[in-house]
Amino acid sequence: MKLKLLSAVIGTALTMGVAGASAATLDDVKARGTLKCGVSQGLIGFSNPDEQNNWTGLDVDFCRAVAAAIFGDGKKVEFVPLDATQRFEALKSGEVDVLSRNTTWTMSRDTTGGMTFAGVTYYDGQGFMVKKSLGVDSALKLNGASVCTQTGTTTELNLADYFRANNMTYQVVAFQKNEEVLAAYNEGRCDVYTTDQSGLYAERLKLPDVENHVVLPEIISKEPLGPVVRQNDTQWFNLVRWTYYALLTAEELGVTQANSAEQLASSTNPEVARLLGKEGDFGKGLGVENDWVMKILAATGNYGEIFDRNVGEATKLGIKRGVNSLWKSGGLQYAPPIR
Amino acid sequence: MTTVPGSQSRTSFWRHPTVRSVGVQLFMVIAVVWFVVFVTDNTINNMKARNLAPGFSFLNDTAGFDILQALIPYSRGSTYATAFVVGLLNTLLVAVLGIITATILGFLVGVMRLSRNWVIRSSATLYVEFVRNVPLLLQMFIWYKTVLKALPAPRDSLRYDDMFFLSNRGLMSPKPLFEPAALWTLAALTVGIIATFFITRWARKRQERTGEIFPAFLTSLGLIIALPIVVFSASGLPVRFEYPVLQGFNFVGGLAIIPEFMALYLALSIYTAAFISEIVRAGVLAVSHGQTEAAHALGLRHGPTLRLIIIPQAMRVIIPPLASQYLNLTKNSSLAVAIGYPDFVYTGGTILNQTGQAVTIVLIWMGVYLSLSLLTSSFMNWFNSRMKLVER
Ligand SMILES: N[C@@H](CCC(=O)N[C@@H](CS)C(=O)NCC(=O)O)C(=O)O
Repeated sequence: MKLKLLSAVIGTALTMGVAGASAATLDDVKARGTLKCGVSQGLIGFSNPDEQNNWTGLDVDFCRAVAAAIFGDGKKVEFVPLDATQRFEALKSGEVDVLSRNTTWTMSRDTTGGMTFAGVTYYDGQGFMVKKSLGVDSALKLNGASVCTQTGTTTELNLADYFRANNMTYQVVAFQKNEEVLAAYNEGRCDVYTTDQSGLYAERLKLPDVENHVVLPEIISKEPLGPVVRQNDTQWFNLVRWTYYALLTAEELGVTQANSAEQLASSTNPEVARLLGKEGDFGKGLGVENDWVMKILAATGNYGEIFDRNVGEATKLGIKRGVNSLWKSGGLQYAPPIR
Repeated sequence: MTTVPGSQSRTSFWRHPTVRSVGVQLFMVIAVVWFVVFVTDNTINNMKARNLAPGFSFLNDTAGFDILQALIPYSRGSTYATAFVVGLLNTLLVAVLGIITATILGFLVGVMRLSRNWVIRSSATLYVEFVRNVPLLLQMFIWYKTVLKALPAPRDSLRYDDMFFLSNRGLMSPKPLFEPAALWTLAALTVGIIATFFITRWARKRQERTGEIFPAFLTSLGLIIALPIVVFSASGLPVRFEYPVLQGFNFVGGLAIIPEFMALYLALSIYTAAFISEIVRAGVLAVSHGQTEAAHALGLRHGPTLRLIIIPQAMRVIIPPLASQYLNLTKNSSLAVAIGYPDFVYTGGTILNQTGQAVTIVLIWMGVYLSLSLLTSSFMNWFNSRMKLVER
């Protein structure tokens, strides 16, 4: 970790120009032939490697979608696992092209870090998990507890705010590596484990005795998670952002991985025609082929399909769409029109 | 006369040694200065582009996070600067206690390795060979994991007399709270130390003059230990104890030693002690046996021979490498991050993550560890010069 940091610092010191890498990320990516995508070191449903180092998850699929838009191939991604502390320096120094690692969009990260958030792929909030045997049913009964969490996250800040605001004391035990956090909680070093609620559901699955742990009802913060890019590269920013919007629009218009070819051929809806590149020149503005959305859908399917496949109710995580439903269904996911 | 080709007088201007050396040096200086200016300028520009203010002003902002162990008052509302100080104090705490323990243990094991007793000697060798050859990080994990795994939950703590509790939250013990009258004891201790200093000086001078031996050691013991105890009792034992009590999830009150500290402290002390023991062994072996024989021939008994002849000479061999072990221990303490002990690197890392001030924070890190190292080595150099052979 220190080596990475040092190289990032030397990067800051030595490179001319604005960010660690050159401003034209898209050209770099095209020249390299792969997209470098910063992900977590293993969070089920979001970014998780199997034994053969095949990555799956919502954050992973987002990177595959970006790669598909550029190369027409969702496999042209190199995943770079990063812990919470490393991730921003890795992005800023150009080690990754996009950071898609359950990262919360906050004002300071957006305005002072040399980074820009491209959207919210998952609306989340911070929660608590405790052992059932403690008999606790509300976060407000956690006065005096030891709480395990990961350093370098919004989580440790919200935690401090919440206990302060509710006049409760606590002991924070924070580690840099996520495995250490869970191990410490599991071994009884802490009474409570806290992180984004999606993370709680995912990490819970790694415990040997899932049934003995409960997630408390309180959500103590807003955690809009989404992809991040370096600031001052509008072309790249647009590509990442509109990949996200395309995924949403496809779901909204009912275009899926399975029916996209048929829709392209037979749909009479002009919106579908624009989305799939039959009408208009939308790919050009992004610096990619006009059938970019067809490529995306072939690689990952639309937003709803990505959600259902990785974290949805049919998966081990079993998360409801809730606030992550499309705006038409009362959720927060909303894309500006493609026209 | 024939001229030798390539002789001094014929060397061209560029081959002239003085011109060359001045030229090269000038070039180096210019290159270094240019590099520093370039790097500084670039860094500042890059930071501006990221809306980061160069400099240290961010240290006055609110930290917003809590820290597991703070030796000074600290809360989420404190500044980043305070958070840095908290981390530094945690580093110093583990480094100082680690150095003391490693030194004692190291000397003990070093002497054990020289023992004539097979069991003692071999167990010392086993210790050294095992501990030296397992990576420190691994040892830290072993301590942390086994300590945590083996210990019970707070409710089922191992307890001694409702005063000491050992659980996976750490070791809780009574916390002494001194009343104002305890200042008398402090005064007595100060008087004792100062008096000891003068008495030993006087005793040495007298011995050099007259050869008479004054029992300075016993007198000092009396002054430094017995005197304060007497004063403490006479002033009515001005101390109260705050006992740890199990309340809800955890213990409240008392003095808590967290498991992260224990694991780091044990790992650092035990690891470094293995190296120190080798240094001690080498130091003792370096003093030739003739010295002992000569001392005995002069009629010195075993104790004084060791104290006056062997140890002073061995110390000269021991101190310089000992100093570098102290430096190692201090720097190794930054592995704390791995087991969640909030040392200087750990808190700096958290601040770095919240502020994005990578360059400044890395500079602070380097500056602080450099200062710690320089401080340690200048102290050890001073100590070394005191122990050096005094030539008459
Ligand atoms: N969303 C928060 C926290 C994200 C976070 O790091 N969560 C942890 C706990 S679930 C995690 O994903 N760790 C995985 C890893 O470090 O590889 C943030 O952006 O600061």
